[in-house]
Amino acid sequence: MTDVAVVGASMTEFGRREAWILELLAEAGTACLENAAVPPDAVDHLYVANMASGEFEGQTGVSNALAQDIGAVPAYTQRVDQTSASGGAGIYAAWQSVASGASELTLLVGGEKMTHRTTGESTDVIASLTHPVEYKHGVTLPSFAGLTARRYLERFDAPRESLARVAVKNHRNGVLNPHAQFQEEIDVETAMESPMVADPLRLYDFCPVTDGAAALLFCPADRAAEYTDDYAVVTGIAGATDTHVVHERPEPTRMSAVADAGRDALGMAGRDPGDVDVAELHDMFTILEFLQMEALGFAPEGEAWRAVQDGRTDRDGELPVNTSGGLKSKGHPLGATGVAQGHEIYRQVTGTAGERTVGADVGLACNVGGFGNCVTATVMEGR
Amino acid sequence: MEAYRYEDGSIGHPGHPVGPDGGDPVGTVDLSDRTAEVVTWTVSHATPPGVREPNALAIVEFDVEGTGVRAVGQLTTADVAVGDEVRPVHCEELRDPSVCLREPESQSWDGYRFEPV
Repeated sequence: MTDVAVVGASMTEFGRREAWILELLAEAGTACLENAAVPPDAVDHLYVANMASGEFEGQTGVSNALAQDIGAVPAYTQRVDQTSASGGAGIYAAWQSVASGASELTLLVGGEKMTHRTTGESTDVIASLTHPVEYKHGVTLPSFAGLTARRYLERFDAPRESLARVAVKNHRNGVLNPHAQFQEEIDVETAMESPMVADPLRLYDFCPVTDGAAALLFCPADRAAEYTDDYAVVTGIAGATDTHVVHERPEPTRMSAVADAGRDALGMAGRDPGDVDVAELHDMFTILEFLQMEALGFAPEGEAWRAVQDGRTDRDGELPVNTSGGLKSKGHPLGATGVAQGHEIYRQVTGTAGERTVGADVGLACNVGGFGNCVTATVMEGR
Repeated sequence: MEAYRYEDGSIGHPGHPVGPDGGDPVGTVDLSDRTAEVVTWTVSHATPPGVREPNALAIVEFDVEGTGVRAVGQLTTADVAVGDEVRPVHCEELRDPSVCLREPESQSWDGYRFEPV
């Protein structure tokens, strides 16, 4: 199996964009190729991570459209959908294409166009991943977050304020990300007094609805130096699933697919959780940052809230989490998110994250679909 | 409100073609005349098209001869606490299927809300 390197990365401005899905994808794809100074016709495989362009915009066939729009025809193309984890699944597909020898140069572009829909409509598109018994009761992803947050706070006697501190930290990080949807600090009081969305969670416990795209360029590690002096190697990657029906899990506050994917990705890299210098976690809701930290072994069960409260996951802490601003501040264009997480880890381990750079050698990204239904974890290391 | 019993003795709601250990379903258990305990609850204020707002929801657990069986569903009231006893109450239409994304004919829309006892 060939070792796989990342030799280029890009992301568009995240937020409310005039551009539609094909324009967003082309913007990120072209910028990524330019970042690595590679002509589009050199691309062997082109993967597009996208959850729901058909449902949001009535535009399907986005991978073939993108191939023509960026000049990559006749590259092999494929759309990768794994709901909110489409981007992480896209990294897995891109890695497989190079590791197997099927492709010498693979471009992955993730994107979503959402803000032209109302929040209710966007919520429904995302909730359409749920089981019929969940969907008919109007169960949404935010309501799963409310149900799980209450359970966590009561089970571990954690203060409500600890969740607000996730939002405060990620907003603070987002200030330094010029592509983030929000580049604005908030304080604990603002978060604690914001409107109730899914009791006990309030507006600032939730990521926004976002348009945007991001891209990564992959090649065999032994050819990476042809493209750039500073590159990252994907040393570990793995994915896993949990039950489709969320309430059937033995304990709502344990994310088994995160635990499985994280353990396998770190195992493949020959690393322990303690070796990770920087992590991008899927904070679609503040509570998810606690649950992923615990499932990945970054904190003991029931203790992640203390790590956040004590500042151990701040940018200058022992394990900086979501230096990009996370989904909370950077935004969450579904199919783009996992790719944008990869973009941040690539920037961190190659020391090219500008003011956000924390001096990391080993980085981990955890991309979550549904409420932990399907997960991909990726470990990247700088070279 | 039908739960499935599987070869390995486990019981789950909703029913699936295979059980948690890959075994076949071997029977059903009617949960509708039993009571359950609230495991956790929320009130959703940002509901999608066709869903009542606010929408009080809970994960509840039935005790079927010593086996815990969980279910998710709407509550008849937001005035609940973890540990409360609730009973299922039938509702003809939990959500208006004519305005949601999912094809109305693809699934049922009736079911049970949970009411504090």
